Order: sequence, then C-alpha cells, then structure tokens
Amino acid sequence: MTYSVRSATVRFGSAVALDDVTVEVPGGSVVAVVGGDGAGKSTLLRALAGEVSLDRGTVEAPPKQRLGYLPASSGSWAALTVAQNIDFVAGIYGLAGDELAGRRAELLDRAALTPAAGRLAAQLSGGMRRKLGFVMAIVHRPDLLILDEPSTGVDPVSRIDLWRLASEAAASGAAVLMSTTYLDEAERAAHLVVLDRGRVLVQGSYDQVRADFAGVITRTDQPVRAGWAWRRGRVLHEYWPDADPSNPPAEATAVAPDLEDIVIALSLARRDAVRS
Amino acid sequence: MVKEFRELVRDRRTLAMLIVMPLLLLVIFGYAANFYVSSLSTAVVGPQAAQAVQRLPSFFDVTVTEPADTEADARTLLRDNRVDVAFVTGQTPVLALVDGSSLFAAQSAVAALNKAGSQVRTQVLYNPGLKTSWVMVPAIIGLILTFIGTIITSIGMVRERESGTLEQLAVMPIRPSRVILGKIAPYFLVAAADMIIVTVLGIVLFSVPFNGNAFAFALGAAIFLFVVLGLGVFISTISQTVGQAIQTAFFFLLPQILLSGMIFPLEAMAAGVRWIGYLLPLTYFTMISQGIMLRGAPITSLWLPFVVLAAMAIVVFTGATLRFRRDLAPGRNPDPAGPAHEQPAGTEPAAAGGQASTAGTA
Repeated sequence: MTYSVRSATVRFGSAVALDDVTVEVPGGSVVAVVGGDGAGKSTLLRALAGEVSLDRGTVEAPPKQRLGYLPASSGSWAALTVAQNIDFVAGIYGLAGDELAGRRAELLDRAALTPAAGRLAAQLSGGMRRKLGFVMAIVHRPDLLILDEPSTGVDPVSRIDLWRLASEAAASGAAVLMSTTYLDEAERAAHLVVLDRGRVLVQGSYDQVRADFAGVITRTDQPVRAGWAWRRGRVLHEYWPDADPSNPPAEATAVAPDLEDIVIALSLARRDAVRS
Repeated sequence: MVKEFRELVRDRRTLAMLIVMPLLLLVIFGYAANFYVSSLSTAVVGPQAAQAVQRLPSFFDVTVTEPADTEADARTLLRDNRVDVAFVTGQTPVLALVDGSSLFAAQSAVAALNKAGSQVRTQVLYNPGLKTSWVMVPAIIGLILTFIGTIITSIGMVRERESGTLEQLAVMPIRPSRVILGKIAPYFLVAAADMIIVTVLGIVLFSVPFNGNAFAFALGAAIFLFVVLGLGVFISTISQTVGQAIQTAFFFLLPQILLSGMIFPLEAMAAGVRWIGYLLPLTYFTMISQGIMLRGAPITSLWLPFVVLAAMAIVVFTGATLRFRRDLAPGRNPDPAGPAHEQPAGTEPAAAGGQASTAGTA
C-alpha cells in the first residue's frame, strides 16, 4: 500500500507552508524529508497525519487506527512511567492483557528501555524520551508511521537505535515517513524529499538525486562568489549551477557532492531564482 | 529598557493586568466595598400589619404586607430569602424575625431594632450568633470549587498542549468527547471530594449547621462545577502556556471573590457593580449553599439560582468543549506545540564572512 500527499498546498495566513507538494510513501520503505527550518517538513507530516487541513490537494492515509505518529515534541506524558505511557497508548488501540504485556516487553527490549520501564518519562534523557515516543507510535503495528524529527537533539548512539527501529518497522511492512535535519540519516532512506520554503527541491533515491544534480561544486579557500559558497570542515564549497561537470571552472577543484552539498546548493539556487 | 517595553507591549495579558487590574480594583473597592446595608427588604404580617407599616422607618423597605399571614408564613418568607426581616404583629411586643444568613443585613437590622427597645422582640434565625464563619463556609465551598474548576483544570489542560501530547491524542482513534471527559472527570471528582471535606470540616470545626437537603446541595454543587470546569476548559483553549492560563484564570477568579456577595453584601453595592455580581456563577452557588445549609431552604424556593446556574453550565460548558474539540481537529495552527516547533515561514540562510550557511549540516 502506498500512502501519499498530492499537490498539497497549505497556507497559514499569508505564509505558504506547503506549495504544490506531492510525496508518496510506499509500504515497506523509509521516506526521509529533509530541509532547513521553515521548509515545511512538519506541515507535510502533519498533513499526512490529518492534523493540518489542506487548502488544495489530496491526502491518502490509513484510518487513525492504522496510523502511528511521533510529533516533534516529547510525545509522552511526563508524569507517567515508561510502561504506563506505553500501556495508555496501547489501550487506546485496543491492546490489553497478555498481548499488551508481550508487545510492551518486546518493544522495551528493542528500544533498550527495559531497565527504565518504571521510571517517569520526565526523568528520561532526551534520547530515551524520543525512543519512548517511537515505541508508543509503533505499539499497535501501524501501516503508516510518521516520525517528526525523531533524532533531533539525540545522542549518536540513540540515533542509531532510532534508525534501527524505523528500519525494522519498514521491514515489517510499514510505510515510514520521517523528517530529519541529519542528512547522513536521510542518505540511508529508500527515498528522500528535499523541501525548501514549502516546495520540493528534489526527490528520489539518494543515487537518483546525485545523478540528477546539475552543475558543479568546487572546493576552494577563497570563493569567487560569496553568496554561492558554504563551509565544509576546514574548506569552502562553491556552487556553479550552469557549469559543465566535465569542464569545471578554472583554478578550482571539483568535488563529488554528497547530500549536504546538494541540499545547500539547490536551496541557494532556488533563493537566487526567487530573488531574480 | 526598550527591549522590556517591547516585550511588555506584545504580552497583552500582562499589559491587561497592569492596566485593567488597577482600574478594576479601584471600581470594586470604590463602589462595592461597603459593609453597610442602607435598606432591608421587609415583610409585615399579622392583624396590625397595616398600622405597623406606617410606623416603620424608611430603613425597612416593606415589600410584603399580609395581615392574614401568621408567624409561620413570616418564617417561610425568610427561609425563601424573599425578605431580610419579618415583623409579626398581633402580639406584644411585636416579634421581629431577622435572617441571620444575610450577615451584614442582619447586623444592620439588629442594630436598628435595638433602638426600638421593649416595643420589639428580636429573634435572629439561621445564624443566631451572627457568626461570620457560618456564612463564609458555604461561600468558601464555592470558592474552592471555582479554584479547582478554573485554575487547576486550565493548568492541567494547557500542560497537555504545552507538552505536545494533545497533538498525540488528536491523531489517535479516540473520540474528542472521550478525551474531554477523560481530562475533566478527575478534576470533577477531586473537586467533589474537596467539597465534601470542606463541608464536613466546616460543620465540625465551626459548628456550621446543615439544615437542608444534602441531595439538593450536591445537585447545586454539580451544576456549579460544570460551570467552573467549563470556564477552566475555555481558559485552556485561549492559553498556550501555564503562565497564561494562570493569568487568565486570575481575571475570572478575582471578580468572583469580590463581587459575588461572599465578602461584600450585594445589596450594599452600587447598582452597576451589583449587576456584574449577578453575572457571576459564584453569586448563585453562594445563594444555594447558604440557603440550603443555613436556612434549610427547599429546592423549590431556590429555583432561580438553580435555573441561572444550569443555563450558565449549558452555555459555558458546551461552548468551551466545542472550542476544545476544535483543538483536536485538523486545523490551521502552524505551531500546536509552542514556539519550539517549526515555523511556517522560511528563514534566510545567514551569510557571514562571505559564506552562506544553511540547515542540514550533519
């Protein structure tokens, strides 16, 4: 089953949060949405979750009973213990008795939260709280799992745990749509969507996105055009939208762009196009 | 300093507290803070009623004159809160019955009747010792219910919004009415338990009588609770943070304390301010609680406060829950979880030192 948002436009007052966005999320795969602050990532996810009504376009999503959602906030009740949080959500989805006990134990184990089962959610670290939120979102084995920046502010080890959990959910057949600001994470997704100011800059598999990328990115210490350059480690990268990869600009070394380069380059190109 | 003013101008609730509150307090204490009752609604019954009315000073505002009525009828008029004082003629000296549940009116009446010397035999009903605690405890019960219903409920519900779990509930297969019921029921039960504890303590510690029907009292309290819980839910729908909820609840709470007749008698207030009091739910609950506990008034004689409270409960509770349902439905709110969440408008990449930086760094 493939879930989707098609030709979606969402306005908040005069601000356009989504502008004619189409994204498909096939079952059994992870789709990552990336973009800067205000790109429209959360709005896209909330639109698919039915939390935001569209001004235009359509949403195809499963009924609430088959939907799992981890909001950008903590997603758990601070004054309840880890186990109580899971039980509360599971109860809403109709899980009870031995089935609930088994599912709770399984998820706590997979999320490495078993030792914290009796702790209040308020006492958990940021990473543990996100993992708890994740567990609560998948406790009922949803067909569509929507994760709003599950790994933001989470330590590297917990990020690996979260990604593993998301991959396992997809492997079991769920369609997983997640937003992230970590591009190394997004590279691992089957399909990625790059948003900028509510519009899709590019989408496809990582290999597709790299293959379709037009222009040349060079490495330099002294950029020719400051507005087209950004820092990567100790050097600067500069984007030449109209350059031919087989004939890079003189006195500069072309680099093989990774996703971070591509996202920044396309964002700068779009802003330049908007300005002009 | 400029920054502080800018923040203040944008924080409209604090601004309102700074500007409206002093004006409100000035008006309240100027027009409402008055313990002196200038006239008393009065009934005169018995065979010499007509003559007695002629001899009464204007302080006694005679609203009922019934020569055929007896002392029992006079007591009924007082129990039903239709008059503050009832004179029973046809006996020497004339019997003056005073409603002690209206404390300040009763104090004024006793002071005036004492001047009549042996011509009048004064009997204070329902609060013979004119004890403040006897009239305050029934009112305090209402104040506690108001406190729990508005402040505690709104804080609990806003906390759910602040933590983002309201958004979590909104995407779950749970009916909004169940969410609302689940949020409100604990506060209803806690408030009911508090009410019972305070009532029992009032009876035990201050010897406050409970002369009326406990069922009628519970019914009045339940209706009143729906009103104040509705106010709490409403406050939560117009507040994004706990701080805002407390500020707003304070705006609802203060007038109820000062203008409901709990502290200052309604009949002693200037007409304009008194009418504000008649718009407040605590005014009517106090009428019910004092009427039932002190005067043993039956529900039939308290129909007006019951009807007004029921109407308020329907309007306030329904309106508030409909607003809360809207928060659980797909909306146009870009930022349900507060300012830390994503903003709808894009942000420019910051260019500094000839470099452009943008989000997405791993």
